[in-house]
Amino acid sequence: MSRPTKIENIRRECPLQPCTNFSAEEASCTAAPWDNRRVDYPDYLRNDKMPTQWCSGCGAGLVMKALIRAVNELQWDKNKVAIVSGIGCSGRMSSYLDFNTLHTPHGRTLPFATGLKLAKPDAHVIIVTGDGDALAIGGNHFLHACRRNIDSTLIIINNFIYGLTGGQFSPTTPVGSYAETSPDGSLEPTFDTVNVAIAAGATYVARSAVSNPRHVTEMIKGGLAHSGMSVVEALSNCHINFGRRNVSGKPEELIAWISRQTVSHDIARYMDEEQLKGRVVVGVLHHVETRPEYVANYYEKAAAIRN
Amino acid sequence: MAKAAIDAGCRFYAGYPITPSSEIAADMSHLLPRVGGVFIQMEDEIASMGAVIGASLAGLKAMTATSGPGFSLKLENIGFACMAEVPCVIVNVMRGGPSTGLPTLPSQGDVMQARWGTHGDHSIIALAPSNLTETYWETVRAFNLAEEYRAPVILLLDEILGHMSERVELPDPSELEIFNRVAPQVPPEAYLPYATSGSHVPPMANFFTGYRYHVTGLTHDLTGFPTEDPEITEALMRRLDAKITDNLNGIIKYEETHLEDADIAIVAYGSVARSARVAVEQAREEGMKVGVFRPVTLWPFPGKQVAHLASHVKGLLVPEMNLGQIVGEVERVAGSTPVVPLNQANGQPIPPSGILTALRYMERK
Ligand SMILES: Cc1ncc(C[n+]2csc(CCOP(=O)(O)OP(=O)(O)O)c2C)c(N)n1
Ligand code: SF4
Ligand SMILES: [Mg+2]
Repeated sequence: MSRPTKIENIRRECPLQPCTNFSAEEASCTAAPWDNRRVDYPDYLRNDKMPTQWCSGCGAGLVMKALIRAVNELQWDKNKVAIVSGIGCSGRMSSYLDFNTLHTPHGRTLPFATGLKLAKPDAHVIIVTGDGDALAIGGNHFLHACRRNIDSTLIIINNFIYGLTGGQFSPTTPVGSYAETSPDGSLEPTFDTVNVAIAAGATYVARSAVSNPRHVTEMIKGGLAHSGMSVVEALSNCHINFGRRNVSGKPEELIAWISRQTVSHDIARYMDEEQLKGRVVVGVLHHVETRPEYVANYYEKAAAIRN
Repeated sequence: MAKAAIDAGCRFYAGYPITPSSEIAADMSHLLPRVGGVFIQMEDEIASMGAVIGASLAGLKAMTATSGPGFSLKLENIGFACMAEVPCVIVNVMRGGPSTGLPTLPSQGDVMQARWGTHGDHSIIALAPSNLTETYWETVRAFNLAEEYRAPVILLLDEILGHMSERVELPDPSELEIFNRVAPQVPPEAYLPYATSGSHVPPMANFFTGYRYHVTGLTHDLTGFPTEDPEITEALMRRLDAKITDNLNGIIKYEETHLEDADIAIVAYGSVARSARVAVEQAREEGMKVGVFRPVTLWPFPGKQVAHLASHVKGLLVPEMNLGQIVGEVERVAGSTPVVPLNQANGQPIPPSGILTALRYMERK
């Protein structure tokens, strides 16, 4: 398996710099062929709510755009889509999108989403949360939603910080980082979101980064199309509350910092442990169709009991 | 209770096991798939309450059942249901507390928690039946009230009722009067999710029916979107309160026994009211003129009725399986009429003899 690869060379060949989707195997971008279907953004937005309340340059906006593109490519009926969000900067997304939108208490997105989906099995349920929302206060729900494998897509906007509340450290804040509540550098080890999701039973697990919006779109689209619990972690920039204290207060610099750490799954498999140190693998990291989807399973079993 | 819920149209149950409410979950797990409904056991009570709200938003009548420690956890999302006006029914089989308390022993310790447990100003509906037949009817009524007022409705049982078996006569479900939430009469473009006309309760569009609107736990305007505008906020808070407090006649229910000529009235609810009635029979044999006022609706509290009662008797006795909760509501409206609390919080039912002793004491005074 370990074909000697000069990653930097492959990367340099990619026309879409900075890019993380380069596949060493196919020597082509994993995000290609790119679907250039025109997107009528205003059709998906609540235009009277624009501009958003996000700081200018916030990665949450890039994720929202990627989500719109993904839904658009699937041509889903807006009436059948629910966006469930929690509390946080990321949670604001639900009020901007023209779907059935539900803005739940902090950390509680997944239980609410579970109720929606079980009550209306043909609905498309998309959950948008922050790292704190999904992994700290909502951590237990996260584990069990993955375990049940309910057909829905959870997008975790991981900006490494509690953005809305002014920059306290979160379960994904890198060790040693400065935050409002870690003035001397954070002591806490971080969650490996993707591996937690896989271990808990999610059947589509992907990671992406806003440094490559097209890739975010692809990862989300894959999650939406998958029937089962999909988890998409989108590494994102909070230049205001994380960046200013750590890397840079400029969005482009923080995004570049994120980009530098990412390495495509396709490349990563040719890298050894030493090379992977300090890198974050992006791509579809887990995708299985073998586990039964909870809602369909429930309705089938219930119908069998009745007959 | 499970049968009542199904008869009332409940098609979704989410819960987390806890004594002494687990039997309800067990019954629902059997019944719901058989009537095309959904049962799910969630990872905790916070999640159960969240799932109930989600299911209700998608159009199903939904409920959960729990007991003390679980009720504490549900309160976060019960507040959401109050704020976003999502119909749902929560059963709390009260057991001794605080904390893990007395898991298998009865109490009436959560009366105030039901009223004020979730943070912030809000009105709430809570019903406290005192026998099994009434539990059936109050469960049906709970679903009807939840749908009519777009509000969470809490059924407060105590552990005695939770585990009681007695003969009950149940109606033919097809003869029940069932209330369903009012759907909007306007097309989606014209729908204002929190606008009211004629009543304080806005028509409710279910999710996925073409009305793509926003539901949030934040203070919101008529469109459902967050606002911090003081006037809009005040209007919302007032309306949420008024939809309960301006409709007392539609919500309050109580029972009066032997009060016509009474000098002393007992105000008792739940299983304690059963002891009170036995005590009253014995007291009357001893020549005392006593009766029972039994609120079936605990919240909103039937204050007007108790005030009226207070003006006609020499004293009010309020026995409770707690250290004194509803007695505060009685005192609030009793004027100069003396109010005597009789409290016991040891996990044991208050026996008729205890109430009788208190009555004799009051009679002597
Ligand atoms: C029960 C509860 N606890 C705390 C808060 C305060 N709070 C709001 S958002 C938030 C953290 C948000 O961080 P994250 O989920 O990462 O979202 P981000 O703002 O970074 O997108 C906290 C702690 C709350 N709203 N509710
Ligand atoms: S505080 Fe951070 S996460 Fe929140 S909007 Fe600003 S940049 Fe984005
Ligand atoms: Mg965050």
